[in-house]
Amino acid sequence: MAIGAAGAALAVVPLLHLPAFYESFLYLVFHWVVLATSWNILSGYSGYFSFGHGAFYGAGVYTTAVLAGTFDMPFLWTLPVAGVVAALLGVALGAVVFRVRSVRGELFALLTLAVTFVLATIVLNTPIDGGPGIYLSGVAVPALAPTASGTFYVLALALAVGTLAIARSIAKAPLGTGLFAIHDDEDAAEVIGVPTYRYKLVALGVSCALAGIAGGIHALFIAYVTAGSTFNITVPLTVVLMSVLGGTRHWAGPALGATAITLLLYASTAAEQAVAGKAATGAILVAAVLFMPDGILGLRWARRRRAASRPEAVADVTMVAPLAAGTVPAVVGSGTTLLSVRGLRKAFSGVQALDGVDIDVRDGEILGLLGPNGSGKSTLINVISGHYRADAGSMRFEGVEIAHWRAHRIAGAGIARTYQIPRPFAHLTVHDNVALAAMFGAAALDRRRADAAAAAWLLFTGLAHREQAYPGELNLHQTKFLELARALAAKPRLLLLDEVLSGLTPAEIDGAVDLIRRIRDQGTTIVLVEHVMRVVTELSDRIVVLDQGRVLAEGNATDVMARDDVAIAYLGVVHA
Amino acid sequence: MTFPSATLLAQSALSGVFIGSLYGLLGLGLGLTWGLLHVINLAHFAFAFLAAYLCYQLASVGGMDPLLTLAIIVPLFAALGVAVQWLLARFSVSPLNSLLATFGLAAIVEAGIQWVWTADFRKLESVYAGQKFRVGELFIPVPELMTLLAALALSFGIWAAMRYTNLGRALRALAEDAPVAAAFGINAKAHALVLAGVCGALAGIAGVCLALGFTLTPSQIYAWVGVVFAAVMLGGLGSALGPLAAGILIGVSEAVTMAFASPSWAPIVSFTLLILLLLLRPERS
Repeated sequence: MAIGAAGAALAVVPLLHLPAFYESFLYLVFHWVVLATSWNILSGYSGYFSFGHGAFYGAGVYTTAVLAGTFDMPFLWTLPVAGVVAALLGVALGAVVFRVRSVRGELFALLTLAVTFVLATIVLNTPIDGGPGIYLSGVAVPALAPTASGTFYVLALALAVGTLAIARSIAKAPLGTGLFAIHDDEDAAEVIGVPTYRYKLVALGVSCALAGIAGGIHALFIAYVTAGSTFNITVPLTVVLMSVLGGTRHWAGPALGATAITLLLYASTAAEQAVAGKAATGAILVAAVLFMPDGILGLRWARRRRAASRPEAVADVTMVAPLAAGTVPAVVGSGTTLLSVRGLRKAFSGVQALDGVDIDVRDGEILGLLGPNGSGKSTLINVISGHYRADAGSMRFEGVEIAHWRAHRIAGAGIARTYQIPRPFAHLTVHDNVALAAMFGAAALDRRRADAAAAAWLLFTGLAHREQAYPGELNLHQTKFLELARALAAKPRLLLLDEVLSGLTPAEIDGAVDLIRRIRDQGTTIVLVEHVMRVVTELSDRIVVLDQGRVLAEGNATDVMARDDVAIAYLGVVHA
Repeated sequence: MTFPSATLLAQSALSGVFIGSLYGLLGLGLGLTWGLLHVINLAHFAFAFLAAYLCYQLASVGGMDPLLTLAIIVPLFAALGVAVQWLLARFSVSPLNSLLATFGLAAIVEAGIQWVWTADFRKLESVYAGQKFRVGELFIPVPELMTLLAALALSFGIWAAMRYTNLGRALRALAEDAPVAAAFGINAKAHALVLAGVCGALAGIAGVCLALGFTLTPSQIYAWVGVVFAAVMLGGLGSALGPLAAGILIGVSEAVTMAFASPSWAPIVSFTLLILLLLLRPERS
């Protein structure tokens, strides 16, 4: 709304007949606002820093230059094409890089940097440019305003308004929430149900398309295009600086930074000051990273605003009702097989962590998973939840084979988990951590209902008073319960609890046991990995003991623990 | 396309080995800080160029032997490396932010070079410049040979140090799991500073090699980034011998491409190799 109003107000500027200098200067401000904001849609939100924005922008510059300059296509028609070409380039690159699991962020940054020089090489070696550059002074520019500079002003203004609106709506949409989660912990985000690969590609595509259109407009603004002035390090350096300075986690941050830096850079445009300008840009970037890594619109500001704007207790608990008061327990599940695991194998560089595991999890039960350290319990949880992919074997969940699924699909099907070492999203509030799971897990709620569900689950786990805190401010007990609330908000059919009680005091454990029982009483099936023996025997309907990646024993708790081979696995050989 | 003669092809491959050894030398310092300290130092390239310009200044204006300038450049750039690492550690900068901060630092150094030496091309005319000798049909230029020897000596030297000295073992332990290594009494900060110093010195040495064989201009700083990073990725992060091997592979591929097609296509080669690696073995890196 505010963006549109500001845009409408600024649109009358060309009618004021100001000197062309002002229109051109404001054009540059909008130009950089578009480039920085579009960069931020992928790089700021998800943390995948692109140093190739110059390449995507340049793809747009040359698309328009060639289409309008050589093929006489009407200028305005070339702009969407410029956007599409840039987007295709970005998505093709992303489709390759985003497949990598480790150091993907760094790799993405460097490959995008390399792409700039590769494009320059292609442009220079082919008839696209061939070396001398392309003159565009003969291309007709439609008169959208009384003057030529006014026309570019209007075009850039419209694009800036559009870009900011897109950046804002993405930030508020599930896409943005998912990207913020990717920023903090991509693997955990995937396991919660965020389709990380697709989200990154979409964000990259949108980001590149906007940069491409900005490039297309700029080609005619400068009217003479060369590879050297297009594919260089200035564009990425400047947009990164603008965004980091303004704040990458807020949709308006890059625009703020772009305005400030453009004023700084173009306030004095004398040639000998260009070098000083570059040095100043570098120095501000270093200082911003060291002293103000969150930017002007950093976390502190965002949080204060959120705390002020969100009315207390919006939680409409009845809407989700995690536990209706006085629920009658014991109407538990059908006893049919919910998850059937057969011959599951997983090796880590030679260590056979899972060596052909067969397990059935029955609907409505609490299955205790025991075994000495290194027996494969956590690996089993990691494979079932899709965090790791199995080398061999089958996993059928409600009759459907899921062994080859990506983690977010498994989450969507109704399997949630907790991590032994909690992995909350550090830059999201406790509330948002839980709401995220409600949006992306099996529950798949919209934002408003997810907010209500989050409030309800935080009440259920006793964290309601810490709703607006950040995970870093919680103690261990609270962090573990946040992990639990997050898993519950997904509304799973099967909940995998990986040592959720370790490190808690006896009193806290009692509370947790009660909580787990209440979770099951709502019809959620639970697999419980636990070392606290008392808890396992108290809670489990059945236990399975793993040893060296295989199932050693299975049955009810007292029988299994009495077996000699189980005692040996835990305590070593019995000497008579 | 005309098919080049065997001699020309061999000469191309040889020049590929030489340029590849410089890729490897630049990649050695870059990969060590990346793999072991989790700092991605884009300023490494800027430091190498700064060293090259210093070498140029000392040798062509001061009249020093280019190799003697190492006595000044190595300690100076080791100190520079330590200073940058100290700053990054002081503010506990994350790996991605280290990329940003050193990107800014590279821009400052580039501007500094441009201010002192202007954007004009500079070429060091040293006693070694024109020297070459002949082996069979092939010419071997002396400055390039020195680069190859330096890259070989330093890569194998650091490989041995990582394997057989306590410092090297401590560094590998820190890279694997810093808190646990620290619990065993390894001083993480001090070791990181030492390694950063070594890598700074490596940038200095690479700079002297640059000055001996290449024409210098400030904007060239970034032209090396893509290909050297490709060498580091192909060779393996934190590996001492990997970047050199991968660098030579890339250099030879480039040189052969140049012999068959136009020289200006060379920048595509390393990129293609890297994309192929990612497509075929996405878990490799």
